[in-house]
Amino acid sequence: MESLTFRHTTTKPLAGSKLQAITGVVASGNLEILLERVLPPDAVEIAIATPIAGYGQVWEAVVADFVARAQPGGVRISINDGGARPDTVALRLLQGARLMEA
Amino acid sequence: MAGPDRDRLSWYEASARQRLDALLDPGSFTEALGPEERRMSPHLPLFDLPRAFDDGIVVGTGQLNGKPVYIAAQEGRFMGGAFGEVHGGKLVGLLRAAVEGKPAAVLILLDTGGVRLQEANAGETAIAETMRAIAEVRAAGVPVVGLIGGRAGCFGGGGLIAGTCSRLAVSEGGRISVSGPEVIETNKGAEEFDSKDRALVWRTMGGKHRRLIGGADAFCDDTVSSFRTAALTLIADAPAFDLATLDAEQARLRKRIERFGECRDGTEVWAKLGVNDPDAVPAMDTRVFDETVARVEEAVHDAR
Repeated sequence: MESLTFRHTTTKPLAGSKLQAITGVVASGNLEILLERVLPPDAVEIAIATPIAGYGQVWEAVVADFVARAQPGGVRISINDGGARPDTVALRLLQGARLMEA
Repeated sequence: MAGPDRDRLSWYEASARQRLDALLDPGSFTEALGPEERRMSPHLPLFDLPRAFDDGIVVGTGQLNGKPVYIAAQEGRFMGGAFGEVHGGKLVGLLRAAVEGKPAAVLILLDTGGVRLQEANAGETAIAETMRAIAEVRAAGVPVVGLIGGRAGCFGGGGLIAGTCSRLAVSEGGRISVSGPEVIETNKGAEEFDSKDRALVWRTMGGKHRRLIGGADAFCDDTVSSFRTAALTLIADAPAFDLATLDAEQARLRKRIERFGECRDGTEVWAKLGVNDPDAVPAMDTRVFDETVARVEEAVHDAR
């Protein structure tokens, strides 16, 4: 298992007031994403556990793109990966952010 | 915001959380040991396998048509919904709490291949503890209803657990057995059971077969609303858990093995049950199938 953690600063907090959301399932080519509104409003942390080692740079790029698009300030995001492709990861991250905005 | 559309949501396609949310009265569910507590498997990291925050099962309390229920939903896509230590512990804990809490019913949304082999001792123990706990819940006067229609079916120890429930609802996609198709083929050969013959699998383990022989007590369309309707009916109809019920169950199972023990295929069983055209059963829609079931004596019983 490889563990990766990325921290970013955002210009604004994620909209909405939902404290927690979970989406996705740990299955082949899929992943689960747990979002918790527990950080200062301009901070975001994304922690990933993946059985596929060696893709740190791809994760870094997907996460940076997501943070730039969604500005998910205040949210700690935890990921259990089942070997998802980068596009699936990006979609799940945006789906999770949308759930928190509800 | 309106609740999830339970008339359109496919049970087979939905995740455990989607099924549970759509099945219960909107907004009524309270989860115990939710994903934020991160009660994950202590064993899977040893095998370099990914974990799930809820260890593949969602447990908690909610309301069904205004009545309090305890509920557990297995996620069939995470490790085939298999029982590990934490997964099993959550189900056993829920059942034991139900003995004290006395809800109107306990609902178990089974979707499992059985025991998780990476933590098999803990998983086997969990199966045994679950069966014991179900007996205690039923003895306390609370019906336990199993709902089966998921991708993983209900196999291995899950099949044993299903056998201890007060009542079972199953859909076409659901399968109930102990040894699964691949297990039988591996042990006895393809001549005994060809696991790649999907039609054979469904004729011998599928929802329609289980309903016709009385193994399941309701046959559902593949929608959450159909399972909800079945759950409400089965809760109202659950048998008492007493000596008379267990004697009746023993007699029912003895008669079943006497009558059908020599049959080689589901169609032979259905013919003996008096189904006019056994070959037509797999293609029947729910309405026609329910009419067929109504003419089969063995499908309705007071046992379990």
